[in-house]
Amino acid sequence: MNQNTTISPEEIKDELLRSYPAKVAKKRAKQIIINSVDKATDEVPEIMANVRTIPGILTMRGCSYAGCRGVVLGPTRDILQITHGPIGCGFYAWLTRRNQTKPATDKDENFMTYSMSTDMTENEIIFGGEKKLKAAIEEAISIFHPKAIGIFATCPVGLIGDDIHAVAREMESLHPEVNIFGFSCEGYRGVSQSAGHHVANNKVFTDVVGLNDTVKEGKYKINLLGEYNIGGDAFELDRIFEKCGITVVSTFSGNSTYDDFTRAHTADLNLVMCHRSINYLAEMMEKKYGLPWFKVNFIGAYDTAKSLRKIGEYFGDKELKDKIEKVIAEEMIVVEEIKKDVTTRTTGKTAMLFVGGSRAHHYQELFKEMGMKTISAGYEFAHRDDYEGRKVLPTVKIDADSRNIEELKVSADPEKFKERKKASELDSLKANKNMEMNDYIGMMPEMDENTLIIDDLNHHEAEVLIEKYKPDIFCAGIKEKYVVQKSGVPVKQLHSYDYSGPYAGFVGAVNFYKEIDRMVNSKVWKYVKAPWEKETQLAATYACD
Amino acid sequence: MLLRHTPQETIERKALTINPAKTCQPIGAMYAALGIHNCLPHSHGSQGCCSYHRSTLTRHFKEPAMASTSSFTEGSSVFGGQANLVEAINNIFTVYNPDVIAVHTTCLSETIGDDLTQMAQKAKDEGYVPAGKKVIYASTPSYVGSHVTGYANMVRGMVDLLAVSTTAKKLDQINVIPGFVEPSDMAEIKRIAELFGKKVIMYPDTSNVLNSPMTGKFKMYPKGGAKTEDIALSGDSKVTLALGRFATGIGAKLLDTKHKVPCELLDLPIGLAATDRYVEMLKKYSGQSVPESLMEERGQLVDMITDMHQYFYGKKVALAGDPDQLVALTEFLISIDMKPVHIVTGTPGNKFERRIKELTENLPYKVNYTVPSDLFTLHQWIKNESVDLIIGNTYTKYIARDEDIPSIRFGFPILDRVGHQYFPMAGYKGAMRLLEKILTCLLDKQDKDAPEEKFELVM
Repeated sequence: MNQNTTISPEEIKDELLRSYPAKVAKKRAKQIIINSVDKATDEVPEIMANVRTIPGILTMRGCSYAGCRGVVLGPTRDILQITHGPIGCGFYAWLTRRNQTKPATDKDENFMTYSMSTDMTENEIIFGGEKKLKAAIEEAISIFHPKAIGIFATCPVGLIGDDIHAVAREMESLHPEVNIFGFSCEGYRGVSQSAGHHVANNKVFTDVVGLNDTVKEGKYKINLLGEYNIGGDAFELDRIFEKCGITVVSTFSGNSTYDDFTRAHTADLNLVMCHRSINYLAEMMEKKYGLPWFKVNFIGAYDTAKSLRKIGEYFGDKELKDKIEKVIAEEMIVVEEIKKDVTTRTTGKTAMLFVGGSRAHHYQELFKEMGMKTISAGYEFAHRDDYEGRKVLPTVKIDADSRNIEELKVSADPEKFKERKKASELDSLKANKNMEMNDYIGMMPEMDENTLIIDDLNHHEAEVLIEKYKPDIFCAGIKEKYVVQKSGVPVKQLHSYDYSGPYAGFVGAVNFYKEIDRMVNSKVWKYVKAPWEKETQLAATYACD
Repeated sequence: MLLRHTPQETIERKALTINPAKTCQPIGAMYAALGIHNCLPHSHGSQGCCSYHRSTLTRHFKEPAMASTSSFTEGSSVFGGQANLVEAINNIFTVYNPDVIAVHTTCLSETIGDDLTQMAQKAKDEGYVPAGKKVIYASTPSYVGSHVTGYANMVRGMVDLLAVSTTAKKLDQINVIPGFVEPSDMAEIKRIAELFGKKVIMYPDTSNVLNSPMTGKFKMYPKGGAKTEDIALSGDSKVTLALGRFATGIGAKLLDTKHKVPCELLDLPIGLAATDRYVEMLKKYSGQSVPESLMEERGQLVDMITDMHQYFYGKKVALAGDPDQLVALTEFLISIDMKPVHIVTGTPGNKFERRIKELTENLPYKVNYTVPSDLFTLHQWIKNESVDLIIGNTYTKYIARDEDIPSIRFGFPILDRVGHQYFPMAGYKGAMRLLEKILTCLLDKQDKDAPEEKFELVM
């Protein structure tokens, strides 16, 4: 395929903006940035992000409910989840995110295969839905006997004034054995899924984490935050941690349980995978319970190794460090073997990634390992810090849409706060730039000069990019998949992995190498032109000659 | 077990829906609107609605499902969505250049009381609707009915805002409104109608939109879809054949009251008898005899039924789906001596209940149905009386696996199998495909489970 990487990014940007009404063009111009990195300071240009999508412009984005119910809480199996609203929202969030889960025994609870909804009708819209919600909770308790129930608000709930939190309190007083809590994740809150992540983090923090002080056995205890076990990623990471002798107290929230959440504060370190969706919880847990956190990336074999070494460095224990090195050495044998083979066919190919609030960054590592080049990338719902790094946080403007999401005031818990590291030890860890303690460098500093960084990419822009750059692979979600593939460019879905995976960890890297090799070298795209169409072209060429 | 918490014992539920057998109105409206050529469906609500609907349609069809949204924020939810919709209309015509924008509402915009008629007029008054372009709309509150209702409402919107009558004397042409069926079914329904030699106006028509070919070039508005000029002409037709009263009834009736086009409300032509009735109507209104080729198709279907009747006879079936499909399927299964013992839809409606009652009340066995219901109830019924086959959408596969019952995909959504986009279940040929699927499923099971000495070569 043509690798049109020599086109000037300025020209492309002009082309992207050309057909817009003036007001749209003005806004989009600030969300389309030509990358340049100051190597000394990691300074990058400012990008506008986490702002409203323009009405009528075909966006990839979803809503707050999707971010809360779907992304953050969806993957946990034994919190019974009731969507309070008309039927659609509950229906669409039903198993569609491929969060795998594996209860320990046949008897253990797993509610993920159930979609529960109050199926609000006109009557509740007019007279209020609290009564039906209470009855629904009663019915759920009598059938399922859950230990916890989450209530998720949809758009009309907030508008008609149903107080899901009051209902939760009332029902909990009737059923003290069940922890009942509500999420105000109405779809109109915020500007994307991102608002819902924040709502979810807040509630899980205030109502679940810290309820159980039972400490899990293990010398090196961690929580893995922002890993949702799509395609079994968390299973692969659990395998690696176990091999290294690292104990996972809780994953937020892939393959997770309510009980694990309740004692997450007893771990000694929080690892943050998806910074966008879960950084709030990491920060709040540090303030309240004293768990330090740092950013990890288990996408890509080398980044997996790097992240494991960071854990070794944090605990500072030679035994652990040696074990980690041994595991890396063992695991890399297969990785290197497969990589050597596939890179003969993938080197020099180009990729574009427009997805999520972290994945568009993480997956660039895998492509790099395969010798492929990322020529343009952007997030669907990230904020400036995910692009430019957390150092810009003090300068991020809080607009009306962000203000609608509660920012919890958190202080140290007088009983449960425990210092994990002495201040001096933390300082020296923080001084080590590679550790990224309480930090995230962001996507842009790690991308090439002159690559196009585009926030909230829309359909029109995607079409222009495909036409101009003709990438060998495009990474996005289900809505974009067949749009792009109709143009003859294969799409790897990075939300659902196209129903394969895992892609995290060492096994995941190998899976990804093989999958991308299959996709960028597939012969199926050559069948688009019929033999006689090719003959006509050839004949025409001869005639011209 | 995937559904390990489903108890055999049923308790009455009044408030909690578990594993729904329906979804909400807007997705049906979006699907119907994709059946107009050069049309962009528009969701007037939060972004999430549009995103969920597009995702579900895409997963079902494995095709682009293009639609835009008003992207409500908290501000628009308080002050109303007019500014968002007017801005959206301007942006859509400027950037995506469709001939028609088909707006549907959501629970959000309905709850705050947005008035689409007034807003569409406002966009027009402000000059955002270019000459010759149209904005049509339908009210589709998610808290009423189901996706089927949404489809019906958008069809009604098409009639209301696109159809006109130009002559006092009706023309010798036939309107066909297909229910919420696959693009493949729509093409088949149209093919059958056109065999009678008259002009056929069919809308919506999603064939060649949601099953378009791979050409190496993305087309935002594929070749298919009913043309607006044809929809306009439908006010002059001599009859409307409405196939599936839940999805098409209100549209067809509006054509009658507004443009004096009489309508025949028929069942979806799925199965032998329902297809026969469709064909009889075509014969009646075209004044033509039934074409020989169609008689041959019918004959082949009957041949297949007689050849394989022993395998259908007495087999119990559980059905989940939408009312129009369930009515047709129930009638068909009974006609080949299968036993539809459990029937579930999430779509509310007394008419459906009455129709199922008519079809099943004289049977020598009990048929379970309560309307509306959900897949949790269906599963409980199955636990109390097992079946030989489950027919339903992809979500029924969790029941099928837990209970070790063969199942075939039918209805919406089908997220895990292909073919439905391309091969119809409607008409005589479609019925043959349905029977082939049923037989393959039952005979595979027999092959798998038969003791060695009972393993059959010829079946």
